[in-house]
Amino acid sequence: MSLGRVGLFIPCYIDQVYPRVGMATVRLLKKLGVSFEFPEDQTCCGQPQFNSGCFKDAAKLAGKMFRIFKDFDWVVCPSGSCTGMVREYYELLLERDKDRYEFKHLVSHTFELCEFLVDVLKVETIDGSFPHKVGLHQSCHGLRGLGLGVPSEQVLPGRTGKVRRLLESLRGIEIVTTDRSDECCGFGGTFSVFEGAVSSFIGRDRIKDYERAGAEVIVSYDVSCLMHLDGLICRDKRLLKVMHIAEILDGAVA
Amino acid sequence: MKSHARLAAAFLKQEERAHWHDQALWYVREKRDRMAASVPDWEALRETAQAIKRHALANLPRYLEEFEQNAAARGAIVHYALDDAEHNRIVLEILKGRNARLVAKSKSMLSEECGLNEFLERNGVEVVETDLAERIIQLAGERPSHIVLPSIHIRKEEVGEIFHKHLGTQRGESDPTRLTRAARSHLRERFLAAEAGISGVNFAVAETGAVVICTNEGNADLGNSLPDLYIAVMGVEKVIPKSRDLSVFLRLLSRSATGQPISAYTSHLLGPRPGQEMHIVIVDNGRSEILRRERFHKAAFCIRCGACLNTCPVYRRSGGHSYNYIIPGPIGTILAMHRDLKKYKDMPYASTLCGSCTAVCPVKIDIHRQIVLWRNEVVEAGYLGRAKSAALKTTTLGMKSTRLFRIGGWAVRKLLRILPPFVFNNRLTIWGRSRNLPKMPARSFRAEFRAYSRSKTDLSESRMNREARS
Repeated sequence: MSLGRVGLFIPCYIDQVYPRVGMATVRLLKKLGVSFEFPEDQTCCGQPQFNSGCFKDAAKLAGKMFRIFKDFDWVVCPSGSCTGMVREYYELLLERDKDRYEFKHLVSHTFELCEFLVDVLKVETIDGSFPHKVGLHQSCHGLRGLGLGVPSEQVLPGRTGKVRRLLESLRGIEIVTTDRSDECCGFGGTFSVFEGAVSSFIGRDRIKDYERAGAEVIVSYDVSCLMHLDGLICRDKRLLKVMHIAEILDGAVA
Repeated sequence: MKSHARLAAAFLKQEERAHWHDQALWYVREKRDRMAASVPDWEALRETAQAIKRHALANLPRYLEEFEQNAAARGAIVHYALDDAEHNRIVLEILKGRNARLVAKSKSMLSEECGLNEFLERNGVEVVETDLAERIIQLAGERPSHIVLPSIHIRKEEVGEIFHKHLGTQRGESDPTRLTRAARSHLRERFLAAEAGISGVNFAVAETGAVVICTNEGNADLGNSLPDLYIAVMGVEKVIPKSRDLSVFLRLLSRSATGQPISAYTSHLLGPRPGQEMHIVIVDNGRSEILRRERFHKAAFCIRCGACLNTCPVYRRSGGHSYNYIIPGPIGTILAMHRDLKKYKDMPYASTLCGSCTAVCPVKIDIHRQIVLWRNEVVEAGYLGRAKSAALKTTTLGMKSTRLFRIGGWAVRKLLRILPPFVFNNRLTIWGRSRNLPKMPARSFRAEFRAYSRSKTDLSESRMNREARS
């Protein structure tokens, strides 16, 4: 299958703080036979500004993203949150462009990594192993925004979801059952700073839930949530590890 | 006025209590999930409820008139109030007209919104809240912390203390059954003595003129049938076209609110009982204005079930009193902003934007989307605050230029690698107060990717293209 031009969209904090997640994505895509480009001009999708209410500032960054990625056939991003930003909210920011073909194409062809694997590459199973007890953290923007799974509030078919399906196909993996299947971790972007006390409190509850369930690793498709959780885990000297799903899939596949 | 962040931090200081509050509400949320799953086509039901609301509110004048005519034909006297002040004045006049000095009132968020109790008390009318939880709040001199479970923040031992002080129960009594019995006999006296009853309204059916009230304690029913004067107060948005629409809303309301299949009492009031005078006060108080604002109009669809409060990770851990508006939580936020953008400017920021509120809402209000849109209104009005605005502006500048982004990123990483961790992982920094910063890598992704690409030969590239084609 020829996909045409695939652009790799690496969120700013992955670029600067978690290059290992970006590289795991690169290696995974290569292993799956996807040729792609990484447009070096990209910086940030504008989500921090947008979520803080600074739409004008966010629009400047959204405009830059649009110019960089508008000629690609597909855009892949190892973050549910940043993908959601493009898909759900760019139309609020780029009012002038929102009716253009290129814009509609970008919005409908920007995919989070797991859904790109499942929906575009039609990957059913991952041939690899990860013999560990895993707590799956379904980050809110991917779960409720992109529909990577069915959130616990809703009564819809397909409860397993795309991310879990991929993970479950790994040999030896055990996905633990937490008391609260998909509660927010409390990160919330700038919320984590504006409301530090609540943010940390929610995060600690989440960590305890994964610990009670016996998880060794918390895995998510959003390393921003993981950064918050890991910050708490390290501060409290807990034993849990956090990993981005790209790292797990990349490591599992030979 | 203290900000939500400060009030929430204070609430969380009592850690054990905060966990208890969170778990009590999560229990309700889980009950709600089970109830929702027990109804075939739950999601379709929500969709239908929204469609009915949209239709009813798009044709509001017509349905209000129809309701008014039908209610009047059944003997009720209908009044219209533009705002809270007019609402309170009308209620007081009705009470004065019948010389009513003691009112048995059942829970109504509208009356909280209008400050009716305080107004009536100032004018010499005694108001007794007859919903148990609301009575607890009233005796404690507090405001509700939840729209359906107003005293959810108070523990049974504290209820014991309040009742000991006001109702003369034994000191140290905390048994819910015994406390409830004490409240019951205390309230029964008030019911019998009351000269008027006041209640809110859950649904007003245009087709029949019926006022529909859902309670679990039956207190509204005593209040609207015992006294010779009964006043129902309702927001304009409560009107629904037909009786059959109730089959949608009644299925959704209690399941969403408390995880019950239906509330214990659902009363359909078709006019006053013989010998009784019944008034219905229909209030706008800003609702038309909400409906006029396209991006925010769905907020007026709210049926006050409180499901978005129960599910909100922030509400559960900050308590209803951390929100400065009378209606807390996600729905409170998007309603408060219509009242006073400046006063409630911190409320939209009391959210992680997780979207769970939107997913539980029985009438599918786009709550979390509205919250982020309100943040923009706050910013545009210049209320974000200087420090936050400056930080975000600087970040934007740094991100707009790829070169600045690279250089800035390099510098910050370098700095954080050189500095000893206690400099940023301490109580004085906002992130570092309770969390560690991640260890900074030496190279960015783009630098690593460049090195990686160089190391890959053309051969492997062509091999992969071949694989991709196959």
